[in-house]
Amino acid sequence: MSILTYREALNQAMCEEMRRDETIVLMGEEVGFYQGAYKVSKGMLEEFGPMRVLDTPITELGFTGLGVGAAMVGLRPIVEMMTFNFAILALDQIVNSAAKMLYMSGGQFPVPMVIRGPGGAAHQLAAQHSQALEAWFCYVPGLKVVMPSTPADAKGLLKTSIRDDNPVVFIESEVLYGTRGEVPEGEYLIPLGVADIKRQGSDVTLVAHSRMVFLALEAAADLAKEGIEAEVIDPRTLRPLDTETLVQSVKKTNRAVIVEEGWPFCGVGAQIVDTLQSLAFDYLDAPILRVTGADVPTPYAKNLEHLAFPDKQRVREAVNKVLYRQPANGDKS
Amino acid sequence: MMVKVLMPKGSDTMTEGKVLKWVKKEGDPVSTGETVVEIETDKVDMEVEAMGGGVLRKILVQSGKVVPVGELLGVIAKPDEDISSLLKGGGAVGAQPPAGSPVQAPAPAPAGVALVPPSAGPAPAAPSPATGGSRQAVMGVAKPSAPEPTNGGRVLASPLARRMAQEMGLDLNRIAGSGPAGRIVRQDVERAALLAVGTRSARVAEAEGAGVHPPAPAPTLPRRPAPAPTGREFYDEPLSSMRKAIAIRLVQSKAPVPHFYLTIEVDMGRAKELRESAKALNPDLDLSYNDLILKACAAALELHPQVNASFQGEAIRYYRRIHLGVAVAVEEGGLITPVIRHCEGKSLQEISREAKDLIARARSRKLNPDEYTGATFTVSNLGMMGIEEFSAVINPPEGAILAVGTVAEKPVVVKGRIEVGLRCRMTLSCDHRVVDGATGAKFLQTLKQILENPVYLAF
Repeated sequence: MSILTYREALNQAMCEEMRRDETIVLMGEEVGFYQGAYKVSKGMLEEFGPMRVLDTPITELGFTGLGVGAAMVGLRPIVEMMTFNFAILALDQIVNSAAKMLYMSGGQFPVPMVIRGPGGAAHQLAAQHSQALEAWFCYVPGLKVVMPSTPADAKGLLKTSIRDDNPVVFIESEVLYGTRGEVPEGEYLIPLGVADIKRQGSDVTLVAHSRMVFLALEAAADLAKEGIEAEVIDPRTLRPLDTETLVQSVKKTNRAVIVEEGWPFCGVGAQIVDTLQSLAFDYLDAPILRVTGADVPTPYAKNLEHLAFPDKQRVREAVNKVLYRQPANGDKS
Repeated sequence: MMVKVLMPKGSDTMTEGKVLKWVKKEGDPVSTGETVVEIETDKVDMEVEAMGGGVLRKILVQSGKVVPVGELLGVIAKPDEDISSLLKGGGAVGAQPPAGSPVQAPAPAPAGVALVPPSAGPAPAAPSPATGGSRQAVMGVAKPSAPEPTNGGRVLASPLARRMAQEMGLDLNRIAGSGPAGRIVRQDVERAALLAVGTRSARVAEAEGAGVHPPAPAPTLPRRPAPAPTGREFYDEPLSSMRKAIAIRLVQSKAPVPHFYLTIEVDMGRAKELRESAKALNPDLDLSYNDLILKACAAALELHPQVNASFQGEAIRYYRRIHLGVAVAVEEGGLITPVIRHCEGKSLQEISREAKDLIARARSRKLNPDEYTGATFTVSNLGMMGIEEFSAVINPPEGAILAVGTVAEKPVVVKGRIEVGLRCRMTLSCDHRVVDGATGAKFLQTLKQILENPVYLAF
């Protein structure tokens, strides 16, 4: 085990896989000579050469289509989006080509490709460059959607995603690139569709992915001081979703709060609520609550931006509500 | 705007409370947040604040009377406002809870008091507000002549509460809900299940005519009591709120919890040396034997988490935190168990300091409800009363309780010779559903080892 940053863990996953399988190629804007806009592909052009690490023009629809075609004829491309805000430009290729090709060709053309890059809100990047778009991809049958929160998960899930024969949308977190953690060396694979219980607890289930996992953990630590033990579950893969782990947790705690950065309407949490109410109805002691981003374009102004995303206090308030509990500090009796 | 002054729900177990003293008189101006009346709950005395301003127009429940949680005690309104709509429900005012039916269907909450959920305890007749889930929630602002909302006769209950009630054979119509709009939630079903056991036994005891004796203070030599006055051969003293809570809770424990008892004798010689050397080091460091025993219990529980556990029906809950309850006798009779939280991470000095503060405030009944709930293990010490050893009743849902006797010099046999030893006998009462004999015995062994080698506590 060594301590790596999230960024290094992703780099290690890609390099190990490319050494193992020469059909894997990486393409995207600035992935080669510039070493990646966020330095995730550092050293890869040098090691694997320009035939396997390709700098592309600024044309997301074009190079994503190139990736789909390459996957159809036997390569395993990794297509990097500089950020997922630009994946909007490539949606036709992702939704209409990558996700549907296996189906439309009667099983003749699998599309083993990974579309990866950072997503989620960052600091003061404003409405067009600071948003959580994972729900868009989760919506599409034929895509798998993966969002790691820790360096170890980043490595284990990316390696598995590269080996998967389906198109995988792999959304990293820009603000987590510099975070560090223990990462197992070598062959470390985490199956897709398996959630991770980041903290055990018995009183309430907090479901959070990507950066929100850490918010949920901080809130859980505070709640523990008041005697509330929150279980924090990171689905890691949003599609396919590990419903079994979520349902088992709610059967134990009888209540759930979902924390997500994205917008509330038709968001990822809405899907999780549906899953829990249908599979754990008789175990729920309170309505499931969501703490989400505000239903607005992300503001640029720092103070407004802060208000637009979940924070610890809002998570605590939601937990108090599902526990039918008065907040401890306001309780004078 | 009319503001109701209601009997608040001061704790989970409180179903009724006593009006101690009105701070304001009828006609007095009252502003928001001012204390209007003082009440006595089953555990503490507390002040009820006005949730809105005006004049205290009417006092409906006089000092000394006991009424159910949520009962209308008084009305604050503008001097010329018509308050008759609130006073109409006067038939229920001051009504005692019907015997044997502590759990009743919730009364519909008047409009404008959405924050006032009905709760355990008899609900007064409409249009009095339903009982409240907390102090903040029980005082609502009523809109006069607002129509009564109804749930269409439907009982609101969480899916879980519904399933539990069905499995336990409880009638949801007879359970009051503490959730929003009177929703019955898990806690309400659990409480109803416990009360069903508690009241049954309490009534049996009542039928057997158990007399209650006045407290007998015995500072030195007890004085011969004065000759009994002529007339009836007994007298009945009404139960205080605390005495009622004790009666219910202990019956809840003793009847369904299969107790068994393990006793061990501990050599307290080194514990005494530790106390003396601590005091020599710092005269302010006045550690009691009880402090040492608490700290040693925390350390032993860390090594034996099976004893820091609770029977939960379908599962045994093992606590990762150690919250120690300390049974304290209250001066005017009764007892209360303040809780020292997170003992797993606390030093002897911290535990000692907290214990002193909590015990002092417990004696004068100045604890907040969150300071006497949530223990995972309790220590009860009657050593200062000269008791050699005793067995305590488990405080549910805890899995065990330690009863500590006096620390006394006594002859002991050491290597075939009789010497003077300093000994203390401790008895662990265990819930056999959670703790087995050998498990409890191993815990006691560890506790003994630690107290006999208290240097362990320094690491």
